[in-house]
Amino acid sequence: MKPAPFGYADPTSLDEALTLLTEDGAKVLAGGQSLLPLLSMRLASPATLVDINKVPGLDTVAVSGDGVRVGALVRHAQLLHHPEAARVQPLLARATANVAHPAIRNRGTTVGSIAHADPSGEMTSVLALTGGSVTVATPEGSSAVDWADFFVGPLETSVHGPAVVTDAFFPALPPRSGTAFEEVSRRKGDYAVCGAGVTVTLDDDSRVVSARAAYISVGLVPEVHDLTEAVHGRTVDQADWAAAGDLARTLVDPDGDLHASADYRRLLVGVLTERTLARAGAEAAGRTA
Amino acid sequence: MSTPVQTERAITVTVNGVPRETTVPVRRLLSDALRHDLQLTGTHVGCEHGVCGACTVLVDGTPVRSCLVLAVQVDGKEVTTVEGLARDDGRGGEILHPVQEAFRECHALQCGFCTPGFLMTMAAGLEARDTSADITEEEVDEIVGGNLCRCTGYANIKKACRHAAGLMKEAGQ
Amino acid sequence: MTTKLFGEPVRRREDLRLITGRGRYTDDIGHGALAAAFVRSPYAHARILDIDVDAALDVEGVVAVYTYEDLYGPMAEPLPVLIPHPQLTAPRTGYPLARDVVQHVGEAVVMVVATDRYVAEDVCDRIAVSYEELPVVVGVDAAREAVHSVHSDVPDNVAARHHQETGDVEAALAASAHTLSFTQYIERSACMPMEGKGVHAVWNHDDSSLRVHTSTQASTSVRAAIAAKLQLSLEKVEVVAPDVGGGFGVKIVHPWPEELLVPMAAMALGQPVHWAEDRREHFISSAHEREQRQEITVGYDDEGRVTALDVRGWHDNGAYTPYGIIVPIVTATQLVGPYAIPVYRVRIDSVYTNTVIVTPYRGAGRPQGCYAMERTMDRIAQDLGLDRAEVRRRNLIQPDQFPYDHHLTFQDGRPVIYDSGNYEGLLDKLVALVGWDRAEERRAEAAARGKQLGIGMAMYVEGTGPGPYEGGHVQVLGSGKVLVSTGLTSQGQGHETAFAQIVASELGVPIEDIEVVTGDTRRFGYAVGTFASRAAVMSGNAIALAARGVRAKALRIAADVLEADVDDLEIDEGVVQVKGTPGASIPLRTVAVLSNPLRYAFDEAARQATQFAGPGDDSKPPVAVGDAPGLEHVDYYSPIRSTFASGAHAAVVEIDPTTWEIDVVDYAVVHDCGNIVNPMIVEGQVHGGVAQGVGGALYERMAYDADGQLQNASFMDFLMPYASEVPDVVIDHQETPSPLNPLGLKGAGEAGVIPGTACIASAIEDAVGRRIAAMPISPTELYDLVRNPDAERVPAATTGVPA
Repeated sequence: MKPAPFGYADPTSLDEALTLLTEDGAKVLAGGQSLLPLLSMRLASPATLVDINKVPGLDTVAVSGDGVRVGALVRHAQLLHHPEAARVQPLLARATANVAHPAIRNRGTTVGSIAHADPSGEMTSVLALTGGSVTVATPEGSSAVDWADFFVGPLETSVHGPAVVTDAFFPALPPRSGTAFEEVSRRKGDYAVCGAGVTVTLDDDSRVVSARAAYISVGLVPEVHDLTEAVHGRTVDQADWAAAGDLARTLVDPDGDLHASADYRRLLVGVLTERTLARAGAEAAGRTA
Repeated sequence: MSTPVQTERAITVTVNGVPRETTVPVRRLLSDALRHDLQLTGTHVGCEHGVCGACTVLVDGTPVRSCLVLAVQVDGKEVTTVEGLARDDGRGGEILHPVQEAFRECHALQCGFCTPGFLMTMAAGLEARDTSADITEEEVDEIVGGNLCRCTGYANIKKACRHAAGLMKEAGQ
Repeated sequence: MTTKLFGEPVRRREDLRLITGRGRYTDDIGHGALAAAFVRSPYAHARILDIDVDAALDVEGVVAVYTYEDLYGPMAEPLPVLIPHPQLTAPRTGYPLARDVVQHVGEAVVMVVATDRYVAEDVCDRIAVSYEELPVVVGVDAAREAVHSVHSDVPDNVAARHHQETGDVEAALAASAHTLSFTQYIERSACMPMEGKGVHAVWNHDDSSLRVHTSTQASTSVRAAIAAKLQLSLEKVEVVAPDVGGGFGVKIVHPWPEELLVPMAAMALGQPVHWAEDRREHFISSAHEREQRQEITVGYDDEGRVTALDVRGWHDNGAYTPYGIIVPIVTATQLVGPYAIPVYRVRIDSVYTNTVIVTPYRGAGRPQGCYAMERTMDRIAQDLGLDRAEVRRRNLIQPDQFPYDHHLTFQDGRPVIYDSGNYEGLLDKLVALVGWDRAEERRAEAAARGKQLGIGMAMYVEGTGPGPYEGGHVQVLGSGKVLVSTGLTSQGQGHETAFAQIVASELGVPIEDIEVVTGDTRRFGYAVGTFASRAAVMSGNAIALAARGVRAKALRIAADVLEADVDDLEIDEGVVQVKGTPGASIPLRTVAVLSNPLRYAFDEAARQATQFAGPGDDSKPPVAVGDAPGLEHVDYYSPIRSTFASGAHAAVVEIDPTTWEIDVVDYAVVHDCGNIVNPMIVEGQVHGGVAQGVGGALYERMAYDADGQLQNASFMDFLMPYASEVPDVVIDHQETPSPLNPLGLKGAGEAGVIPGTACIASAIEDAVGRRIAAMPISPTELYDLVRNPDAERVPAATTGVPA
């Protein structure tokens, strides 16, 4: 289990990185927590690794009223322990707390896990749920790509050719809203068997106007499911969160694997939806009150 | 301007306080560089895919899996391994770190293979917290939760974590 | 006396080097050696058509490439069947490198030696092996159906039919008031030590000798195997087990192909060669254990007393049988546990599959036997509406029945005669420790929180410390240092400490003066190995006997010098003294000097000794007939049969009926391993065993697909528990000494793991009211079970006090 030979470059500017990435078989290395195991198992053998860790300006978490912009070199641990970011978009800390174990979070990057597009990754679904986007830099320039246009399939994005995902933008939690995130995993810190992130938004009368969910390890790409119809117009106390869970079960199309059958994942989608919506609803009500 | 694509690189790493220079193939994992190039074999390799934590070392004070970092990526950085955990007592001996003391006192190791990874994780974890506060079970779980041990069943590792926290609290008083 | 350390929780003497990074494991040895890597079969069953190495030879840094064609003499013959057995009628073993046919994914086909491991793997990638795929057999059921065969000359896939019986079981069943029959399964896990295997071989051209470091549980036997296979004289081969990062059974198998091939390459190339097994290799080319299908019929009376037990089993031995049929024999003979079973018949077929070999993993067939017996007890209780603890109690062997002869033949060929025990005592302690009688209360309390609570228990008896022998050497040096060695190896059990405690107590010396070496053939040549919970029993007693020999000699010499009677002497803190006469003493180190009539005054000790040296008797030789120079002694311990440790575990589980997650909230252990050398170490062994038991019950399984591909060959998907998955364990001890050995010891290494699967299955069944007949079980499987309308329902109220 040793990596096959590759070339290595650690450019100090984005332009240089993009130039290096024009070579065939070049791949970006950021945190490396998903890539290095693939290299050691020789399941991936890029010709060149372009290490972007020395590219300046990519290591910041920029928080504004609109949302949180997370640079490509921001580690999960940074986001987990970022109270300001958590205030604007609580899902960031809540989800990153579920990413593996501390030593992995110290090194792994949030944007890297999004660019890796693993449907078992927490942050892909959070990006989707929050309606976020990524900034993709190419030799032709930078552009924002909406999450829905970014994820194409498992471990596959719409970005091809020389490109660096320089940041991910997570819009702020809307007013009168609450969120929750929960996973079921075989062992603590494992990839989730199933996870759910939700947001609930209330109107001025504290009635539900939006309930949306995105799941982890369910489906090939992140999807956001609108569950509002099951609870619309109800107060948080009256809302039948179980009905929303039932609705969610009908909307998802999970696969089975070693650790969970498709049916079991569907069960968990319902359970986790009900649990998280109830918590998110209560949080929204607390913020509205 | 243009950064070269290299297959080998000379790096300088401060390991356990000592600057070390070595030339490594760029694909060399940090774990292998420490163990074989620098002959610091205290860092162990249990899985080489980042799950077991035996290879955990500190890079600039932060625990990372050394099997998930390339040696070239620590060029210019400080790395601490289990060999650097105890302090020199100035008289040719050493003063063990509280986590080392605690592991011995609490029988927190059997075969000892996973131990360096636990020690590094725990040392960093305990140093990062407010050592004057009593440690909580949640903190213990977080600190020991990411490393695999096949011998101890973890009971005594958790006990050692509490014991070390106690030693550090006492030392701070 | 301060030196009586036997029984004390002495802190471990091996720890300092291990917590400071100064341990030396096999992969830490020999920087700059050439590295070996292997091309392993990607197919579970295939014929090798061609091996093309041409492209590989262009890789810079390649040193040598070996295939079967390069093996000669004994190396070209099949690997040995270590433990033959008359009922193992179709033993099969592989070759060090596959010849013609591969029988499991991971079987070594080509060995590459290169300048380092990275390059060696590059070379492997360039070697093209073409295969013709053959039909694959996976799982015991496919093996027994025998539509396809693993070995073409074993068409029914049956390696062995193991059969023992103690009476006419058919008649006894027919005469029983009640009978019930059931089938259950248990799947594969693996030892999975944190350190994989590893071999480092150095050929010394100058004296034609070979030194091999290997991560083994049996260095003396590896030595013999290497000598035989590489056609070397035994004294030209040294094998050292340095620090070993866990074994749990997998490293008792020997010789592993790599233990022969790496030394072979070192000899051929004249350079040190090193191989460190990586984790993927360990998954697909080491050993697994546990998979069995069990069909059980039991007869019992109205009180729940067993009248007859008939067990029909199928044991998956994987592709080869290098370790014989030890695992099914252990299952067969240990199954009966602490119970008096009047008539017992067991028939276990050991069958071939195209999977990794099955050899002992901590427990070595006992967890399966315990699972069979204990689930039988549960079913009898359910059938009769009795408390599960009560049914067990009624079947226990009573304290006055020892020695108790089961009329079975154990793994060592000796009768299964339990030496001592107090099983009712264990049960009483367990019931109190876990709060068995409060289970219904707790069930109601959990239900109020939306959780389904269940409790289960399981008891076991474990044959430990089988022979044939171990030896010990104890030597006192003129410096006062006491050297102790034994041939068996250590993998974390704290032997350096426990054996030092024994010597300190037996000899009366400070433990600081004692140095213990294990598993180094340079120090001790005769040994069997570390397995079957035998190290403390076997080497502990051998070392005690050796220490007693040293003590006797020391007293004899001291008596002469002090002009005292031997019986009036004692040794304390390393000083021999006349009891009750202060000043009439001589340090043991001085006795050591005096024990050698040649004493050049190289050091202060020798100079001091001269004051004690008398004029000598000119009529006698300096070394008396039958005596030897030096204060040392070698002794061996060879038992007539195994000792039998015992214990009882209980688990309390809580199940979330929305997600079917299973949480072991309490785990109680009562343990009896006779006299205890070091309670801290014994508890550590129990903790570790329980974690593996929980892992085997709820998390770990080797998931082969129908093509024989291991689907979860990584720590990502093979779910060894982290701390978060292991419950807190409460332990109570009972000490029933063995009458069979001088120290009254029984083994402790494996006990913790044995009842895990049985008692957790019982607890889950108790919680959900559905029959659990296949283990391990995961939440997704539990969900399938509870919503299956055809799943067998289990009567409630067989726990503690009826609700």
